Parts: sequence; structure tokens; C-alpha cells
Amino acid sequence: MVTELLQLAIYGVVLGSILTLGAIGVSLIYGILRFAHFAHGDLMALGAYFSLSLVAGLGFPVWASAPFAIVGAALAAIAIDQTVYRHLRKSPPIILLISSFGIAIALRSVIQLVWGPRNQVYASGIQIPWRFEGLVIKPDHVWIVLGAVVLVAALHLFLTRTKMGKAMRAMSDNMDLALVSGIPSERVIMVTWAVGGGLAAVAGIFLGMDTRLHPVMGWSVLLPVFAAAILGGIGRPYGAIAGGMVIGLAMEMSTVVIDPTYKPAVAFALMVIMLVVRPQGLFKGNA
Amino acid sequence: MEMDGLLTYGVFFLTQAGIYAVLALGLNVQYGLTGQINIGIAGFFAVGAYTSAIVTTHPSTAHLGGFNLPFPVGVVAAMATSALVAAAIGRITMRLRSDYLAIATIGIAEIIRLALKNEDWLTNGVRGIPGIPRPFSETLGANPLISLGVVLGFVAFAFWMVERARSAPWGRVLRAIRENEDGVSAAGKDVAHFRLQAFVFGASLMGMAGALYAHFIGFISPEAFLPLYGTFLVWVMLIAGGAGNNWGALVGALAIWVLWSATQFMTDALGAEYATQAGALRVLLIGVLLQVILIARPQGLLPERGARKH
Amino acid sequence: MTLLSIEGLTGGYGGADILHGVDLRVEPGEIVVIIGPNGAGKSTLMKAAFGLVKIKEGAVLFEKRDITPLRPDQIVRQGISYVPQERNVFPSMSVEENLEMGAFIRTDDIRPQMERIYSFFPRLAERRTQIAGSMSGGERQMLAMGRALMLDPKLLLLDEPTAGLSPLFIDQTFERIQKINAAGIGILMVEQNAKQALAVCDRGYVLTMGRNRIDDTGANLLANKDVAEMFLGG
Repeated sequence: MVTELLQLAIYGVVLGSILTLGAIGVSLIYGILRFAHFAHGDLMALGAYFSLSLVAGLGFPVWASAPFAIVGAALAAIAIDQTVYRHLRKSPPIILLISSFGIAIALRSVIQLVWGPRNQVYASGIQIPWRFEGLVIKPDHVWIVLGAVVLVAALHLFLTRTKMGKAMRAMSDNMDLALVSGIPSERVIMVTWAVGGGLAAVAGIFLGMDTRLHPVMGWSVLLPVFAAAILGGIGRPYGAIAGGMVIGLAMEMSTVVIDPTYKPAVAFALMVIMLVVRPQGLFKGNA
Repeated sequence: MEMDGLLTYGVFFLTQAGIYAVLALGLNVQYGLTGQINIGIAGFFAVGAYTSAIVTTHPSTAHLGGFNLPFPVGVVAAMATSALVAAAIGRITMRLRSDYLAIATIGIAEIIRLALKNEDWLTNGVRGIPGIPRPFSETLGANPLISLGVVLGFVAFAFWMVERARSAPWGRVLRAIRENEDGVSAAGKDVAHFRLQAFVFGASLMGMAGALYAHFIGFISPEAFLPLYGTFLVWVMLIAGGAGNNWGALVGALAIWVLWSATQFMTDALGAEYATQAGALRVLLIGVLLQVILIARPQGLLPERGARKH
Repeated sequence: MTLLSIEGLTGGYGGADILHGVDLRVEPGEIVVIIGPNGAGKSTLMKAAFGLVKIKEGAVLFEKRDITPLRPDQIVRQGISYVPQERNVFPSMSVEENLEMGAFIRTDDIRPQMERIYSFFPRLAERRTQIAGSMSGGERQMLAMGRALMLDPKLLLLDEPTAGLSPLFIDQTFERIQKINAAGIGILMVEQNAKQALAVCDRGYVLTMGRNRIDDTGANLLANKDVAEMFLGG
């Protein structure tokens, strides 16, 4: 029983790492642009498929394809913002949300058009897992968790040590004051999309490594990603880390008592409970 | 013969447009009048379809029921069940901000989809429920024209209800909430309560549309509810037609349905080997269309009268 | 050369006009204060100098250049800094980071300017790493001014710098404003504490219902009977 729970906890941390990377992007975008970006899951999927092209088409190892996928997804995010969202900056957030819902659907269609509707994987065959004390750990799991830790650390350094990172925090903190201080909002917004899109790409690749690639993978993971962002207090990227881990662990551990098919319902329930009991998230904040 | 084919297609086409019109009217109550975002339309639609199917089919060991009751009972039950689901979830979520509600509705739709697929005792799982009777087929026969008439009748009924609600004091309170929530609650009105009523009312219309769909197609399975595309089309319909305006909902439903069907003719020309790509291309086109509307004409074809401009 | 010159300004925030043909000027090295009853358009007039108001008629000149069509982020580069009345710090960021954000558009070394501000506000120097949101109102007001001074502006706009402060802090704030001014920075401020503000200023403008009512030196305004009746409590 203990072994089983520990095993599930490992899966939970892996899933939590993936959700965290997605939720940070959602939170950053919400903090600066003040809308819930519903196309974020599909941006993750797009990054995963960029990687697939290099892995399946050119024989890249997955890790080597990641930088290209990060750049690709970042550019895609900026392009979407410049062609669509930018024209809606003065619209109410609700309109941007609907627009991003449309973008989500459009991105999924593009994925189907380019890469086809079937399930795909980066590497066929079964990885030889490591076993100790009855626990099973796949090398991929280790890479996913390590990768997430490195990226979160890098993001932390970016937000606290660089001028642009601080400007992002400033805009999220107090938009009006940022503007009267002369912080160039459009440039910060562009960087925000680049960071959010890049993290989404890695999250998508990890999700593809952990499960498989499918055009609907992004939409399916959107609910847990938002649950993680909300749990952490949306608009606050550091909260997203805690939120991601809690949701990931809860979804995996819940399979002890309920049918695994209903894992998304666990994320949903936690999110709703959080929204009702503590709308500001796990930690107090100003968002 | 060709004339016959065209007529059959026309009837089929209008029936489906009518079902979408009911959905668009339901969404208009939630979004157009109240400003609530429901991304889980397909969920309420499916609940309605399954409820009416279970109520009206012959008894079966494969799923709950059937109870072999007449079609009108099925529709009423569908509306009631959808309303109940909406009320249960709405009681919790109505105090939330609109973007949180939007996320919550994704969760509702997802859970409904999973339940339909996995709760065999209730829905017969992925095998679905066959043999759902056409409306009044025992007395009037199975002529598709009858179905069309029934659907259009329900469209008119739904329109009449929503239009009455919109112009009543109740509708004015909803719009006031949408424009200035704090003002309304300062005036002593229970905002969450009004929101909940609108959400439940809209959901019951979506359930009604589900019932109409089930009886029109005759067979439902989880596969039949391309959950997201349905939801998405309804949204594009309402935004294109003019959120807040019931005529807009009708016009939008028809216009987008014409467009959607026309793109099918276009993509059919590509041939069967490109069928999935063609399908994706159609969705992509509608996705782009939504962006164009939001940027160029956010008020839609028939703007809401007296609404502030975005 | 006149630092700031507002000429015949009419405008508001998009709805009805709040200002109706208002004139105002600030000479280099002056402290100029705007007083008037609530709703007179005092803050609006000052915001107009910073590109935050929709201007229908009239012009804003800064050192003879027309800055009427510029956005706030462009006006900052001209040498004007603005301290809003409320929400004037970045609450989740440290004191040092707040100052850094004030100097975002500078590409040169900002350390010397930051040290100057720390020596001017020793309290801030003690609290470099403290999060702005956890500081007292008086400290936050210092930080807000410090942030605005990071660009070493020629003109500083202050919107009710003493609002909500205790009497002790109010006196300190006026002293500090005079010290900033002594360094050669022009000051334009809106104030509710009219008596004290007029005492420290060079010239004052009395605004009512979006129009110029009286303008004169601070001393003359203090002595003016009408002004005394209206704003100085008799």
C-alpha cells in the first residue's frame, strides 16, 4: 500500500511538473494582459508537434529538438498576439477570452492539418525503467522533473535579476504606474508571450513524452493547467508551482479511491473548492 | 429525383439549423443578456439528448430505462435534467467572476463527457442508445417534414420565451448586472440569484435542443457530440448574429450554418482521402472568421439595441 | 524659458469635458500649486500635462515644445515625472526594484542616482530589500517620489502628496518637496492642505468648475479674503 502510494506520488510529481510549466504561462499572461488565455493548452500541443517534426522527420533526439520547439512556440504566440489579441487590447477581458477560445480551436485544426489526427509518439518501444524497493521510475520521468526544475529556476532568475523580468512583474503589479514610469508595455507584452509560449512548448513536449501526442492533448490538459494556476492564485507565477504540484499529486493519488477516467474531475473539484473557499489562491496576494 | 434529393437535403439542413438556433438562444440568455461565458454547451446538450432518449425509448437492458413515454415528456424531462445539472453547479459557481465560470464550465462538460462514456448502466457507454423515436411518428408517420415542423415549432417557442424574458423587468435586471454588477447589488438585488436563474434557463434550452437532436437523428452515442466543435459553432453563431439580440441569435445560427454547410461542399470536392484534413480546414476557417468578427464588428450583424459599444 | 505652459486647455476622460479653457505655467525652479474645491478638475489638469487626458482644444508645451499629442511613456523621456495619488508603488517589489523601475528607460548606470535618492530619503536606504506593499503610508509616499526622481526630471508632478498622512508626515513631506525643489526641479502639485501648500509655493492657481478662478503668488493667495473663505477655513 505504501509502495503503491509512493508510486502514485512519483506520477503525481511528473504530472505536476508538466502542469506547473503550463500554469506559469497562464499566470504570467493573466497578470499582464488580464485575461484567461484559453489557447494555452493548444499552444502546448503546438510546441510538442514542432518537436515531433524534428524527432520523426530529421532524427533529432527529443532534448535537442526542444530549443527549436521553444523558439517556434514563442514566435507562434507572438504572432497570434500581434495579429489578433493586439487589436482587442481595449476590449473587455471577456472578449479576449472568447477570442482565445477561437484560437484554441484554430490551433488544433492547424495541428490536424499538418500532422494528422492520429496518436503519435516520440520514440516507439518501451523504455527500460529503473526499479528499486518495488518502485518503478522511467528515465523520462526523471528528465521531466529535472527539466521543470531547471526551467523554473531560470524563470526565477529572469524575473528577479533582469530588467525585462522585473518590468514584467511591475506591469503585473501596477499597470498604470508601469505606464507612467515609461515602461514600454508592448515590448513587455511581447516578451511575456515569448516566455509563456516557450514554457508551454516544453510542457507540451513533456506531456508528449509522458503519454502520447494527439491533436486534442492541449485542450484535455487545459482544465488541470487552469486549476493549477487558480490554486496558486492566478496572476502570480510562483503560486503556479505549488498549484501545479497539488493538482498533479491529487489527480494521481485520487486513483486509489476513484476510477482513473475521472482524474480531470479531481482537478475540477479542487479548483471549484478553491474558488469558493479562497478565491485569491493558496497564498494571499494582490491579484 | 434530383429535386427530391434537394428537398430532402433542404429539410435536413433546416432541421439542424433550427436545433442550433435553440442552442444560440440558450447561450444568448447566459452570455448575451447576463454576460456569462459557458464553454460547456455540449455538456448540457448531451444531458438533454440522453435524458429524452432514456425517457422515450423502449425498455432495454443496455441502459437505464427506456420508459417508453411520449416525445413531449422526453423534451420536458430533458429540459428539467439540464436545468438541474445547471442549478447544482451554478449554486457554487454563480458568485465567481465570469472568467472563472468559463473555466468551470469546461470542467462540467468534461465530466459529463466522461460519465456518458463510462457509466454503461446509464448510457450504454460508447455503444450509445439506438431506436429513439421520431417526434409523433406513431400518429403522424416518420416524414422528415414532420420533424422539421416540430423543430421549428420549438424554435418559435424558445424564441418567444427568451424574448419575453428579455423585455420583462427580469431581463432588464440581467442587463444591468452585466453592465454594472456593483450598482445592482447596491440596489439590494441578489446578483448571484439572478445569474443562477439565467444560467439555469439557458441550460434548459440547451437541454431542449439536445432532445430535439436525439429524436431527429434517432441514435446517440458519446461520439455524436463532437463536444467542442458544437460549443464553438454556437458561440460563433451568437457573436456573428449579435449577442444580446434574439433575432441576432436566429440570424447568426442560420448564417453560420449556411457557411458551415457550404464549406462542407467545398471540402468534399477535395475527395475522401483528404476527409480529415478537410474537416480541420473547415474548423480553422470558422476560427479565423470569429477573430475577424471580434475585431471588425464585435456587435454582430444585428447589434443589441441600446447597448454600449465595446 | 518657461518650463511648462498649458494654454486654453479643454478636455476630459472621453465623456463630458472637465476642463474648460484652462491656462497654467510653471517657470524653471518654481513650486506651483493647484487648489480648488472637489471636482474642480485639479488632478485632471495635472494629468493633462502628462498625456493622461483627452485634450479637445488647447496645447501643452514643455520647454516650448508641443507635447500635446505625446503618450505618457514619451513624455517621461522629455523630463517630466508623475507621482499618482494612490497606487503609486509596485506593491510586490522591493524598494530597490521600485526605484529601478522608475529608471527603466535609462540605459546608463543608475547607481549614482539611486545613491543620491537614498541619501535624500535615508529611510528608504534602510529598507532597500523591503517589499513596498508592507510599508507605511508615509514610507510609500517617499518611495513614490523616489521612483519618480530616478529619471532626474526637470519637472515633477505630485497629485496630493500629503493625502492620508498624519500631521507629522505632512510637515515632513512639504519640507522634502522644498528640498527637491532646491535642487532645481520644478514642482507642480495638487493639494488639499491648501494653507501649507500655499505657504511653500511660489505661485498658486485656484480652479473652480474646470476654469481658472484666481492665480497669484502663494503669499498673495494666502492673504486673499476669498481664498481664505473658500479653502483655508476662514
